[in-house]
Amino acid sequence: MHEVIWHGRGGQGVVVAAHVLAEAAYLEGFKGVTSAPTFGPERRGAPLTASTRIADNPIRTFSQIELADITVVLDDSLFGVVDILGKVKKGGMVIINTAKPAETFNIPAGFNLATVDAANVSLKQHLIKEGAPVVNTPMLGAFAKAAGMVSLENLEKALRSKLSREAIFKNFAAVKAAYEVTITREKRNS
Amino acid sequence: MSNVQIMTGNQAAALGAKLCNVEVVAAYPITPQSQLSEILSQYVESGELKAEYVRVEGEHSALTVCISASTVGARVFTATSANGLLYMHEQLHWAAGSRLPIVMCCVNRGVGAPWTIFNDQQDSLAQRDTGWMQIYCRNNQEILDTVIQAYRIAEAVYCPVMVCYDGFVLSHTMMPVDIPDAADVKAFLPPYKPHTILSPDDPRNLNPVLFPGQRRDSEGVLRDGYMEMRYKLQAALDKAPETIRSANTAFAEAFGRNHGGMLWEYHANDADLIIVGMGSLASEATAAADILRAEGIKAGVVGIRVYRPFPKEDVRDVFRNAKAVVIFEKSISYGYEGGLCSDLKAAFYGTNIKAPIHGYIAGLGGRDVKARELVAAAKDSLASFDRGMVEPKTTWLSTFTG
Amino acid sequence: MEEKKDDNISAMCTVAVGEAGKTGDWRSVRPVIDRKKCIPSLKNKSACFLCWLYCPEGVVKPGIPVEIDLEYCKGCGICAEECPPRAISMVREDKINE
Repeated sequence: MHEVIWHGRGGQGVVVAAHVLAEAAYLEGFKGVTSAPTFGPERRGAPLTASTRIADNPIRTFSQIELADITVVLDDSLFGVVDILGKVKKGGMVIINTAKPAETFNIPAGFNLATVDAANVSLKQHLIKEGAPVVNTPMLGAFAKAAGMVSLENLEKALRSKLSREAIFKNFAAVKAAYEVTITREKRNS
Repeated sequence: MSNVQIMTGNQAAALGAKLCNVEVVAAYPITPQSQLSEILSQYVESGELKAEYVRVEGEHSALTVCISASTVGARVFTATSANGLLYMHEQLHWAAGSRLPIVMCCVNRGVGAPWTIFNDQQDSLAQRDTGWMQIYCRNNQEILDTVIQAYRIAEAVYCPVMVCYDGFVLSHTMMPVDIPDAADVKAFLPPYKPHTILSPDDPRNLNPVLFPGQRRDSEGVLRDGYMEMRYKLQAALDKAPETIRSANTAFAEAFGRNHGGMLWEYHANDADLIIVGMGSLASEATAAADILRAEGIKAGVVGIRVYRPFPKEDVRDVFRNAKAVVIFEKSISYGYEGGLCSDLKAAFYGTNIKAPIHGYIAGLGGRDVKARELVAAAKDSLASFDRGMVEPKTTWLSTFTG
Repeated sequence: MEEKKDDNISAMCTVAVGEAGKTGDWRSVRPVIDRKKCIPSLKNKSACFLCWLYCPEGVVKPGIPVEIDLEYCKGCGICAEECPPRAISMVREDKINE
């Protein structure tokens, strides 16, 4: 079973991203998928998480994920605010949306690391919602590049079930563009 | 042909009610049920569901509307959580006493005080003695399928059914759900034939004051007293397990999914240690059983699906070879122990089931319950049993206070 | 003859006069109407009928003249209390023939 934690701020769309990933993984052939928001009230701008589980067989565990195999960070200002690395397995993967160089985050060598400037990708695609570039859908492209498991084709199908026709086009363009520009760093034994 | 969609428990429940062609919906939004009442009102607004959606000022009125509509022959649906359910309490008795086949979803949430919006099962367990049947669901597929079965059961037994599922843990978690074909549901679910219809052409007095004894009416018929009428409710629930099992079997034949009749088992047949629970907690326990088995402890799980009527015969059968029993409950009868724990012990009385039993209270007010915690607790229980304890004191899982 | 059982599964009965028996037996005082004061009789019109409106047992027939079903009247006296021209008096049953 692959356990994914999505970190973001209220309004950035972590819940939708977690759901689209689950949908795409199901289309990919994984029989067991779940996605869940942080339980409780949601406030715009507040740090929050969502989660996705992906498995070959139907999932029987619904408790919250303690340590993720893969964590996706939609907002790099969350480093220092929440303990992101404390909720990733040793040897797991961290995918960050950032305009800064990867080294800025001092991710220990034992983690796989991927970075992408998702906000820039969205600005280029004119994918702007409520005045801010959309970052959740491009991060799905970054996930497909760095973690695999889901194809771009199935991400597009999954987006179709969530978005309007014109939104699908722009969002999927951002998914593809982010897939292309995501930079990955393999873990090293330290 | 399967039609699988990824959805929340609330979406699954709403789809279930829609597939049953409910005719009247009256619900008052409350976390974590809100999404369910919102979806149903959208169905009615868009015309997808040809039903009357009655907006009410509270849960007491929501159930009262359902009682009235069910009395005149409509298939009705409502849903609530926590303090909303407690607010309905008086009408719960009224619905069961009037023998109305109302189906309600209880999206399980802890009750105040102190205030919580998160999951436990104290709300529905506190309604144990109202005469409602209670069915607990372990995942979203089961929620959809159980709503459909619930109408078949309720309308055969003439008793209301509460379909219970864990708030947030299931209500807000998305997972694949296979949506049955509307025509197949129609074939599975015969039309509702009410036992009372109020009509101006045949006026009747419903639920008049009954006296302690029987009494002859104006037409000379000896009418039942209060006690006889209440006996009929109990007699109906005594026989209901047959209806519930056969509804499950018929559903499995029609749709290929068997959720267990009164209860379900997971590797319980050859288990020395049986873990017991209801709802999503019992599902988590199956993951704990896998871990225990990998460590050489022969563990299994029994999920109590129907809590009322209580599956007395079924538990006597499934626990007949158990050597140790550990129960995890998301509610407690304050001043004693978990209600399920008491009921299981009572069901074993006078049988050859002499297994030691340890009750745990777990996951109150949304406290996360993880498989590893269940594993550790089960091992603690086994150690106590080895020391000769047959009924250790109820333990509050992962609870630390002065 | 075998006693007919109540086959209803919830409490119900057909609506009938005297569901609780002949409640006229309960009466110790009887309403007696003075037609010379009673408004409908006096005006020969459907008018007033406050006795009919207030009677908790529904035993007042709002006609001209007003009639009271003494088989079921319990003698509560509400009609006499409400009657604007005081046309109804409550008379002890044992003094009726005096």
